Amino acid sequence: MNKLETGIPGLDLIANGGLPRERTTLVSGTTGSAKTILAAQFLAEGIVRGENGVFATFEESPDDIRQNVLSFGWDIQRWEREDKWVFVDGSRRPTDDTVEAGGYDLGALLARMKYAVGRVRARRVVMDSLGAIFSRFSDSGTVRDELFRIGAALKLMKVTALMTAERTEEYGKISRFGVEEFVADNVIILRNVLQDEKRRRTLEILKFRGTTHQKGEFPFTITPHQGITIIPLSAIELKQKSSNVRVSSGNRQLDVMCEGGFFRDSIVLVSGATGCGKTLMVTEFVGRGTGEDERSLLFAFEESRQELCRNALGWGVDFDKMEKEGRLKVVCSYPESTGLENHLLRINTAIEEFQPHRLAVDSLSALESVSTIKNFREFVISLTSFVKQREMVALLTFTTPILMGGVSTTEAHISTITDSIILLRYVEMYGEVLRGITILKMRGSAHDKKIRKFSIDGEGMHIGEPFQNVVGILAGNPTQITPGELARVEDFFPGG
Amino acid sequence: MNQYKLTLYITGQSAKSAQAIANLRRICDQELTGQYELAIIDIIENPQLAEDERILATPTVIKELPPPLRRIIGDLSATEKVLLGLDLQPRG
Repeated sequence: MNKLETGIPGLDLIANGGLPRERTTLVSGTTGSAKTILAAQFLAEGIVRGENGVFATFEESPDDIRQNVLSFGWDIQRWEREDKWVFVDGSRRPTDDTVEAGGYDLGALLARMKYAVGRVRARRVVMDSLGAIFSRFSDSGTVRDELFRIGAALKLMKVTALMTAERTEEYGKISRFGVEEFVADNVIILRNVLQDEKRRRTLEILKFRGTTHQKGEFPFTITPHQGITIIPLSAIELKQKSSNVRVSSGNRQLDVMCEGGFFRDSIVLVSGATGCGKTLMVTEFVGRGTGEDERSLLFAFEESRQELCRNALGWGVDFDKMEKEGRLKVVCSYPESTGLENHLLRINTAIEEFQPHRLAVDSLSALESVSTIKNFREFVISLTSFVKQREMVALLTFTTPILMGGVSTTEAHISTITDSIILLRYVEMYGEVLRGITILKMRGSAHDKKIRKFSIDGEGMHIGEPFQNVVGILAGNPTQITPGELARVEDFFPGG
Repeated sequence: MNQYKLTLYITGQSAKSAQAIANLRRICDQELTGQYELAIIDIIENPQLAEDERILATPTVIKELPPPLRRIIGDLSATEKVLLGLDLQPRG
């Protein structure tokens, strides 16, 4: 079946091309699930593509809608002047008290819709919402019949229509009044669920008659200037072009441990307890790793700009100077400042604008604290797939909740997605706290498998000798083995 | 003197349209003899007028005068409801 590309970011991807063309799609959702915004965006994106639209409103007045969507950059008034957008105003006013005296139909509405479609040669039509029509009339049987008639007429007019309907609960029947049964072969559900004290908006295509679509709920976000952006997650094709090109980690000794540095299009996760050197690794990655003609993008969620720059300067890296040269862009924000979807969108937007060769996020775990586990995992998948498509190297840090050893469950989730994992650990031995670094995995490459000591001074990170005769570092329980014992063990396992 | 100003909106030559016209004329002639002015508008021919008045259902009668403004929808076969809508008491 022919699909109409809506232009709503992400929707066409999960709809396998768009909405069924010249058909009606029902959008059902609870109060506040962004039905009207989606409907308005459907028309707005159409106008951008040269397809005019008719917006029949039965709930909010046209004036309210004009005002409400202005912040998304949709200048409806201008489009109305240019005969690209036309309202059919069915909103209720206080003076509209109506007495019903005998049989009636919605012939007037149908005539107005036809007139409006003809006037601007509309290709897209919105009716928002069907529930509001039902509430205006006592005879719901008549309204049902008439909506069916209008649906059939829209088909004849060869327009692609989007109708909205109310639901009373997030996981219940599709809509009040059961409109889906007689109006549309195609149903989209918008949800706005409170989960672990976090709002989570999702869009699900429930059915498209006679054509395919992606299944399941996809998170979406609403942002100024853009409106709704659906995050297609699993629908993103992983076009992983693995390259063998190596780039420097910014630390020569670490490059040696990696047998020549990170791969250019890989994602590296650095995990460690607070204060054990993650931000230093980021600083070296960005400061020393970025070539003369390259650009790096650094997203910091734990430290303020001043702290970050001061610390970097302490290690001999001048972030301010790099920014002036256009080789670096530092973005600091509070994890709590907005939802995870918005953070993702900001990072994606910044990547598209700045086109960096390397990306650093310090830290991912700061974002984890403001979301649910499911949400966070989706965020990481989506971020990494976005990075992969760009062919750049990304360094993501993750703070482990306990000081010694240990891997958190979410970290375990993430580790399957990343290409390389570097662990930084505190090692307590004989009343002294040392630092250890090891490469846990590096996809597609041999690497140093030893746990090495490292120290931090004014010049940065110095990686040294491996720990000798110690076991249990990663478990957070290092134990010294005496050489005699070691020799005995080696006797048991000759050649080991 | 025309105290009552009524407009009846219909869609084409349907049975409901014809009934509404006949019923409204009969009621007006009985209750408002010589005091009313009635305009009949076919929405199919004049959709913009329906747009201006934001009419959804047909037939619709709008009582513009005397105030308050009233809307009555239907084929107007329920005479008592029509009278109620016109702010009239049925004659004993």
